[in-house]
Amino acid sequence: MASTRDWLLDDSPASRLQASLGRFYRITMALLRNPLSVLGGLIILVLIVTAIGAPWIAPYSATGQDLANRLMPPSAAHWMGTDELGRDIFSRVIWGSQITLTIVLLVALIAAPLGLFIGAISGYFGGWVDRVLMGITDIFLSMPKLILALAFVAALGPGINNAIIAIAITTWPAYARIARAETLTFRNSEFISAVQLQGASPLRVIVRHILPLCTSSMIIRVTLDMAGIILTAAGLGFIGLGAQPPLPEWGAMISRGRTFILDQWWVATMPGFAIILVSLGFCFLGDGLRDVLDPKQADKH
Amino acid sequence: MTAAGERSPGGSVLFLKEDFERVSFEPQTEPVGASGATGTASALGRRRVLRGIGGVAGFLVTIALTFLGLLAITFFIGRVIPIDPVLAVVGDRATAEVYDAARVAMGLDQPLPVQFLNYVGDVLTGDLGRSVSTGRPVIEDLSRVFPATLEMATLGILIGVALGVPLGVTAASRQGSWTDQVIRVVGLLGYSVPAFWLGLVGLAIFYARLRWVGGPGRLDIFYDGLVPPVTGVILIDSLIAGDIDIFWNAVTHLVLPASVLGFFSLAYIARMTRSFMLDQLSQEYVTTARVKGVPERVVVWRHAFNPIRVPLITVIGLSYAGLLEGSVMIETVFSWPGIGNYLTTALLNADMNAVLGATLVIGAVFIFINKISDVLYRVLDPRAR
Repeated sequence: MASTRDWLLDDSPASRLQASLGRFYRITMALLRNPLSVLGGLIILVLIVTAIGAPWIAPYSATGQDLANRLMPPSAAHWMGTDELGRDIFSRVIWGSQITLTIVLLVALIAAPLGLFIGAISGYFGGWVDRVLMGITDIFLSMPKLILALAFVAALGPGINNAIIAIAITTWPAYARIARAETLTFRNSEFISAVQLQGASPLRVIVRHILPLCTSSMIIRVTLDMAGIILTAAGLGFIGLGAQPPLPEWGAMISRGRTFILDQWWVATMPGFAIILVSLGFCFLGDGLRDVLDPKQADKH
Repeated sequence: MTAAGERSPGGSVLFLKEDFERVSFEPQTEPVGASGATGTASALGRRRVLRGIGGVAGFLVTIALTFLGLLAITFFIGRVIPIDPVLAVVGDRATAEVYDAARVAMGLDQPLPVQFLNYVGDVLTGDLGRSVSTGRPVIEDLSRVFPATLEMATLGILIGVALGVPLGVTAASRQGSWTDQVIRVVGLLGYSVPAFWLGLVGLAIFYARLRWVGGPGRLDIFYDGLVPPVTGVILIDSLIAGDIDIFWNAVTHLVLPASVLGFFSLAYIARMTRSFMLDQLSQEYVTTARVKGVPERVVVWRHAFNPIRVPLITVIGLSYAGLLEGSVMIETVFSWPGIGNYLTTALLNADMNAVLGATLVIGAVFIFINKISDVLYRVLDPRAR
């Protein structure tokens, strides 16, 4: 055990693998010292486990109707009560974690690389490329995100895939800004010149030498943005433009429960707690990550 | 600069926070004092005027380009919609001649750039098309519903500023204490609670259970339509009509949705205020003031608070713009007849003219407030001049 730790914390790592594992170990250790980020990490871990294990964890089916037991208040049999079709809300919340996790992951996988690439190209080449790309980015940045997402979904048609695309379209500009700012800080540094002198193509410089250096600020930003992505997705579901029934998407579930909010409060309230919990988890983890990876900001929080 | 890197968890439903970093804390690109060594006083003054004019012109160009970008996006959205816009007008029973005539009348036979120019011209003359569901011109509908949104968002931002600024200052002056922790959690809740959910829960508790506030809508049904609309803002209209009963009824209906909106702006404003204040409180002049024996209250509220008023204006402006956007969700929950409700109804009816019109108006107001707070920042902060 001790030797593994020494190997991980070695000041002069012998291989790239050892260096990156060591860095990962240091970050994890630093994160574990902050109770809030541990809490956030745990929440997200629970989300992932729930999403993977939904078929085994959920006591009932997400879509199976039981009209004899409709709108039952929370009880031992139905921890969060049942909805207007007698479906167990707890099970639906659990199945819904799959949808939330999918949305969040896909948006991150589309928007972050897109933003990274545009930002890095803009910062690396400078000149008119920079002006054009950042002009477009700025225009997108000064639009209201939610409204833009709504309009895109309206044009593409309701549905979970289109919701993901619409959210990704409104998220990338922030990442492009960050990637550009990071790229500018080391565009003229010696190691970039060294690679250029060896004859590396711009694509190679960007992909192999610039993008890896942008990742840590990108990870912080994406984690912090997750809460917003979850809220937007839930909002689209609530309005009826995101996931369609009978999918157990949390926002859509709240929307169904609206009709009963005055008498059967649990139908609309319970999925909301799931949204809040997961969003808070990402906020806590993001804050913790920022403190570890971006120490300049740490003293302020 | 203050708090250049306050990376708030962006992308929340309500606020475009990353915009804040961009708007005010990127180093200004204008060459400050570029004309130092050679010029006489008069030349300096002339150059300053020229630079001022250049700044204004640059600002106008930026605004124009941004609006053009907004128009391009709405135009694009209107084009990629899979439904045939001609069919939506003539119906699917129309003959080929009727269809073709309508297509020509709508200008859809022309190349895309020409169509875009026509579209820009239409929008500039206030022609946003006709709403399919209400049958009225979209611009008429929008001017009818906009005051309701404005009323709610304005009260919301007042609540947000009145509570958020003192909370942020308190948190910063007691950094690390449990007060600070509580305020921090409240701030984070502002980023993790869905606005529509909070509205629903608020309705269930304060309207259904406690009966403290009025329900959905702007007025009780039996008061509806009694006040002649002058400004469209019911609080003002009822006072003009001299009807105090209706005024108070409107207040009970307004207070809950405005408070929900206010909560979100409070969370954002408190977080930013705290971060600005921490920056100031660690400055040496604050230490000097403390050493001189200035009372702590004066140190916090005068020495440290005065310098952050300028960046706060930007924050408040952005938050206000965010509330106009955030009201989309809230209005649906409270059946508030504002622009958000109009937009969602149009979305569900695939009423594209209305959707694009509402998007344009909200986008334009948003951009406008954004840019104005940017300008205010530059005008008010002596270092940015």
